Amino acid sequence: MAGTTLIPSGDFKTSYGADTTVFPTATSRNAAILGVAVLLAAPLVFDNYWLNLLIQIGYLGIAALGLNILVGFTGQISIGHAAFFGFGAFASAWLSNSFAIPVALAIPLAGVMTTAVGLIFGIPAARLKGLYLAIATLAAQYILQDFFARAGWFTGGVAGTIAEPFSLFGYDFDTDASYFYVVLAYVVVMFLLATNLMRTRDGRALVAVRDHYLSAEIMGINLTKYRTMSFGISAFYAGIGGALYAHYLQFVSVEGFTILFSIQFLGMIIIGGLGSIMGSLMGTAFMVLLPETMQALTDSLSGTVIDRALNLKDSVAFLREMAIGVVIILFLVFEPDGLAHRWKQIKAYWKLYPFSH
Amino acid sequence: MSGAPVATPPDRAGEAAGNPIFEARNVSLRFGGVRALTEVSFHINKGELFSIIGPNGAGKTSMVNCISGRYRPTEGRVFFKGKDITDMTPNHRASLGIGRTFQNLALFGHMTVLDNIMVGRHHLLKNNFLTGALYWFTGARQEELAHRREVEEIIDFLEIQHVRKATAGTLSYGLRKRVELARAVALKPDLILLDEPMAGMNLEEKEDMARYIVDLNEEWGMTVVMIEHDMGVVMDISHRVMVLDFGRKIAEGSPEEVLADPRVRTAYLGEEDETDDVQQEVA
Repeated sequence: MAGTTLIPSGDFKTSYGADTTVFPTATSRNAAILGVAVLLAAPLVFDNYWLNLLIQIGYLGIAALGLNILVGFTGQISIGHAAFFGFGAFASAWLSNSFAIPVALAIPLAGVMTTAVGLIFGIPAARLKGLYLAIATLAAQYILQDFFARAGWFTGGVAGTIAEPFSLFGYDFDTDASYFYVVLAYVVVMFLLATNLMRTRDGRALVAVRDHYLSAEIMGINLTKYRTMSFGISAFYAGIGGALYAHYLQFVSVEGFTILFSIQFLGMIIIGGLGSIMGSLMGTAFMVLLPETMQALTDSLSGTVIDRALNLKDSVAFLREMAIGVVIILFLVFEPDGLAHRWKQIKAYWKLYPFSH
Repeated sequence: MSGAPVATPPDRAGEAAGNPIFEARNVSLRFGGVRALTEVSFHINKGELFSIIGPNGAGKTSMVNCISGRYRPTEGRVFFKGKDITDMTPNHRASLGIGRTFQNLALFGHMTVLDNIMVGRHHLLKNNFLTGALYWFTGARQEELAHRREVEEIIDFLEIQHVRKATAGTLSYGLRKRVELARAVALKPDLILLDEPMAGMNLEEKEDMARYIVDLNEEWGMTVVMIEHDMGVVMDISHRVMVLDFGRKIAEGSPEEVLADPRVRTAYLGEEDETDDVQQEVA
């Protein structure tokens, strides 16, 4: 968002349409298409372990994008995002179990249901700011968590609920390899929708509300409407992410959607880059892969002198959480604009070499 | 210089006396015990370039805030195009055709100049979060591009082509002032409020800004309300001037009448000998 993109000299735009594309240059567009094409081949190459990680990055990335629209683009705050994620998961399972709605339809419907819930909890957002709003969303987190535990008709109570596998035209997407394509399709669509949103009227209005709400109002933007709407959109993305999660695991338990999970979502968008669409995905990938990397590191350390001295093997989980905390602090200090910004700088470095700017 | 949409030919102050676009009736504004405005009544004619002057703390910005809707008058009513707008929110007033700039810059610092100006089109655009997200299929693309074309005209007019892709927060002060003006113009307002458009500018920038303001008034057909401390500019380009002092209106009329008013001399322009200096400057 912030900061100008380097356009190669000679790449002149001759129409406003050509100046308003999703990708700034033809090269970046082709790279993205190529990236998706490579990912299409991923199930042929990767084993289930890696596919599992990629699927996680997919559905968490969609939810993180929702939070980024709320926090990064609109400047609101939410520490109840995991609760909306959970609501989407239960809603989709409930819709397909209780009403025999096909899963392919239940997922977007779950997104709409979560939007409604998000709008309700977004109403205080129109009046509250900063820490006060954070506490209000904390209430959303606990109210929804309590609701999950009590509303047996909806969530199956403490026993949890079964979710049907995703199926389309009689084909069940119940393996990692096949479900990967479902998640990939959703990621591409949801990220394109968000990109479009941010380059049209309401997306600009959201950013305007973030940057200077007083002058946004003078420019004709209804603050109450857009602050509440931002919660709705964010909940929609969380709901879709949650629904994809439910039909991947095919089981939803009431325990997973804690405040710690909410804070992990915040970590994803801070590391990825607040106010950056691709940053949401980068940050999610980072947060998903970091524990795996830490695991690999500790595994390779096991049996060595360091392991015996520090006794790491028993405290891997502990080390993982600590590493995440340290990384967030390091990012806040050294790269507050996140991975997306760092990526831009790396690209600029290559383009401008050997000059620094 | 620009392909500006030429609206109605400008009405000169005296000619349009019977055609007010805005009217304030007995407007008072109090903050606790502080009286920012006391029973101020005035009107602005359509097509006029109207200046509000007064010493620091006289209530000029408070008056403009009452027009744009940031403050609600404690007493009295304000009318725009004959409609009582006293209870309307600022965003509603914007969609009726009131645009403004701020004394202390209020741009969207992290957006590009282009996006800043496009925000001004908010009430003119019809696409929403659904049609916007489905960009290619709902006509949102065509709509955005059509408005982009009009915004480019404003960019041409204010000569900020070279910074249209720059992040607004990184620009120099003078440029930011121009971008803010562009954003207000993008609203296509019938009444544009300029709060100290020339504060902190050098002579050259002031001359440019004065030219833009006169063009907006005469070519684009906008009614302009301007708060300005630079007496030379105010006396040169205004059709009518209102003088506020301690929240009260002490004079209103053509620049010459106001300048000749003894109350204005003592309240605003200071002592006798200093007044002569100012008059010499103006002349």
